[in-house]
Amino acid sequence: MKEIYVEKDSYFDSVVLMLINREIKKIEGVTEAVVAMGTPMNLDLLGDLQMDNDEVKGATPNDLIIAVESDDAAVLAEAMEVAKKKLTERGSSGESETYKPATLDAAVNTYSDINMVVISLPGAFAPSQVRKALNQGKHVMLFSDNIPLEQEIALKKLASEKGLLMMGPDCGTAIINGKPLCFANVVKQGPIGVVGASGTGLQEITCSIEKFGSGVSQGIGTGGRDLKSEEIGGTMMLMGIEALKNDPETKVITIVSKPPVESVAKKVIDALENSGKPGVVHFIGLDGEDTANVRFAKNLEEAAKMAVALANGEKFERILFTISDSEVEAIVAKESAGIAVHQKYLRGLYTGGTLADEAMILLNESLGGVFSFDHVDKNYILKDPFKSTAHTIVDLGEDVFTNGRPHPMIEPGTRDDRILLEAKDKEVALMLLDVVIGYGSHPDPAGAILDSLQLAKDNAKKNGGYLSIVASITGTEGDFQGFAEQKRKLESIGIVVMPSNYQASMLVLKIMEKVGK
Amino acid sequence: MDVKAINKLFTQDLVVANMGLESFADNLREQDVKAIQIGWKPPAGGDPKLVAMLDAIEASGVDVAAANAKAVKNMMTSKPVLMDIGVALDDIPGMEEKMFLHAGPPVSWERMSGPTRGAVIGGIIFEGWASTPEEAEKLAASGAIKFDPCHHHSTVGPMAGIVTPSMPVWIVKNEAFGNYSYATLNEGLGKVLRYGAYGEEVNNRLQWMKDLLAPVLKAALAAHGPLDMKNIIAQVLQMGDEGHNRNRAGTSIVIRELASDLVKLKDFSKEEIAEVFDFLNENDHFFLNLSMPTAKAIIDSAHNIEGSTIVTVLARNGTDFGIRVSGLGDEWFIDQAPIVDGLYLPGYTEDDAARDIGDSTITETAGFGGFAMAAAPAIVKFVGGSPEDALNVTKRMYEITDGENTIFQIPILDFRGTPTGINLLKVIESGILPAINTGIAHKTPGIGMVGAGLVDPPMKCFTDALAAFAKEYSNKK
Repeated sequence: MKEIYVEKDSYFDSVVLMLINREIKKIEGVTEAVVAMGTPMNLDLLGDLQMDNDEVKGATPNDLIIAVESDDAAVLAEAMEVAKKKLTERGSSGESETYKPATLDAAVNTYSDINMVVISLPGAFAPSQVRKALNQGKHVMLFSDNIPLEQEIALKKLASEKGLLMMGPDCGTAIINGKPLCFANVVKQGPIGVVGASGTGLQEITCSIEKFGSGVSQGIGTGGRDLKSEEIGGTMMLMGIEALKNDPETKVITIVSKPPVESVAKKVIDALENSGKPGVVHFIGLDGEDTANVRFAKNLEEAAKMAVALANGEKFERILFTISDSEVEAIVAKESAGIAVHQKYLRGLYTGGTLADEAMILLNESLGGVFSFDHVDKNYILKDPFKSTAHTIVDLGEDVFTNGRPHPMIEPGTRDDRILLEAKDKEVALMLLDVVIGYGSHPDPAGAILDSLQLAKDNAKKNGGYLSIVASITGTEGDFQGFAEQKRKLESIGIVVMPSNYQASMLVLKIMEKVGK
Repeated sequence: MDVKAINKLFTQDLVVANMGLESFADNLREQDVKAIQIGWKPPAGGDPKLVAMLDAIEASGVDVAAANAKAVKNMMTSKPVLMDIGVALDDIPGMEEKMFLHAGPPVSWERMSGPTRGAVIGGIIFEGWASTPEEAEKLAASGAIKFDPCHHHSTVGPMAGIVTPSMPVWIVKNEAFGNYSYATLNEGLGKVLRYGAYGEEVNNRLQWMKDLLAPVLKAALAAHGPLDMKNIIAQVLQMGDEGHNRNRAGTSIVIRELASDLVKLKDFSKEEIAEVFDFLNENDHFFLNLSMPTAKAIIDSAHNIEGSTIVTVLARNGTDFGIRVSGLGDEWFIDQAPIVDGLYLPGYTEDDAARDIGDSTITETAGFGGFAMAAAPAIVKFVGGSPEDALNVTKRMYEITDGENTIFQIPILDFRGTPTGINLLKVIESGILPAINTGIAHKTPGIGMVGAGLVDPPMKCFTDALAAFAKEYSNKK
């Protein structure tokens, strides 16, 4: 059966009618449908389809015709209703979606004020984009890893010719003009400029600077290989130092890196020495001779403390703990009291690579050897990274753990699993942890592992002992997770929270000494 | 060591372009930093071979950017002017007495699509070489007629694009470069030759166009003098046309321009001139056959420039889709023509559709048509429904073009010039294909138009062209 409807003098755009036609044809049971203006061509078509009547035959191009055919009267009624409803419906412009440029060129053409390009593309595709950005005169932060060394050399050469920042590759942290980029913390602005070849190192130093009451002018990342490769030769570190030297806001220059190759170390120290500004150096695990202008710090926190003292024109005093000795003694007494004879070992479970290195270096000798993933002494390299041996400190952000899984700073799953594994080991006396907050990190890294830590403590208790857990938080109150809130969560289950990774490591040492392990 | 740029950065507000993890941009926005997320995708789906080719071209030392800049400059400085109406055999270069031109890349009778075959049949009947479709088909299959692409003769044809020797043709001259282009006169909608229809009605109209329409318009144009087509295209973009799928404003302007000269014609009766007026008035697409040769005259000035990756032809014949690239001469890069994603006229569905067909995509190569979609809000339904979709189509095309037109402007984009000069390398790198608006022909000869919509050219045409370009130029320097 057919239903035919003609509305006189009611013009609709043919495209609108084609859309409605399509909608009606989709209705189950509709065998034919024509929604069209009464043009001679359409009248012929309706005639051919035998879907016309006298009214249709008399229609003009200004008359709307709706003709529907179906075996089901209900379907006919529905189709007519849908058609009429669609005709009166007002179009909305849809979701207001902002246009995303698909290429860097297009973005730069549209937004000429872009001055920094942050790139976290897969490594294979990143270098060509870095080159484009540099050629457009834009500074670059290259978060991507898996960039071949020769590419890094070429890109840094280009950046250096153009006098542009090329922070990276594998650069996770920077603070430019007070704005944290990628994995970084909200740190007050101030007189201390930092150039770092280590992401979490940069985070720990900048957060400690705020903790000691000062602030950061710029936090420049260089990527981990900047000082470790002779060919790169500290290109970005040297450019960073030079820029901080020229920067009127910067009073003190602090640099941090894993141990550099000797020739590069010399160039960098010379540059600092000649900057005319006081300099602080921390090469993780490597000491050096102070010079007239340059001081060597022994750990990340100390680097911050030295820089703040220099910025304030105060004398630097080396101290172990920022909390009082009596407080430390009380904590050590409390934490060591319940540890049973069968509990022997320390397990350091880290998410920040530099922080893990720092703890390992601080504890290795005093504890008579700590197993780790990349120990310099082959005898102390973990045979199976997924299984701890005696004293063990692991960086759970290593590729072997993150293969196919997110980094534990972003998603604590890999560390949570490891905590549960360690919880089954009766010999564990102590756990040492970092909690890194700030942009890029999980919204609640402390909360996410709390249940597993509680379970580990409960297990130790069931076995007649006590599991001591010591942690530090890298972050500031300005971070969206909130330093105080993260601390409160950890302390709620009896975890000792120390003011820095260094102090947490030293406390662990004291507890272990106390229980005689 | 010069690090002034770094110290300058320290004094500026940070403005970040973010490629990769979008949360980095979100975090910056939370701190009131202006952050632009780039919707980057791996080049052509992350194919390492293509990346290697792009790198090889970059490493070859061929100054593609300079070559493309020249190509785009030629397009911008082109001066297409409508000169006259001639006859295909007399005016189109290389046209032969027994030759038919067709749209798209070369195709044999055996491989021709339904609409093209239908138009060939209609063309043979129009030429009087056969009196029935069966006879015409036999003749077409016999090899007695040579089939050649319009593009091989500075000509463009909408849909089937059949040009037969005695058809009247528009003649456009690019006064800045001296090159010419040609196209037939538009027959209107419905059962028409270009959609493969060949009945009596079609033939009668073609005869009328040859006997009356063409002489009348030729005389009026002669009295009026050459029409500045570039100026007219600029106008129509500001009147809601994009010059490919909407030509209502363009048709109106031509009528207006010629009206006074038409009514003053002495050799034709009032009735005859009125017939012409009616014909123009009833056919919104009349201007398409003027916008197309205009585009052809413009883009040919950018063709054959050493080292240029500007795409100078996009064309289909209902069987194949082919492209040409400025720096690769007259080689075609071909793949199967796609099916159009479109809206259908009452009575028809996708099952009735022929594959993508026609030379009308020449408008997109010249910087209008689908590329100026933002200028034609009336037909936004073809591209998703909302004016914002239309804006985004045009914005996306800026990603794959090297220039912004100095004459063709889009009011709603603050009179930004249309995206002009499709760069093959940008197509590959971004994975963004040129946006094409098009009509849909019935797959069976003789029926005609069944709808209209949007179509993506096959990526293979572009990747093949890239491979050829890398091969051609990697050894040059």
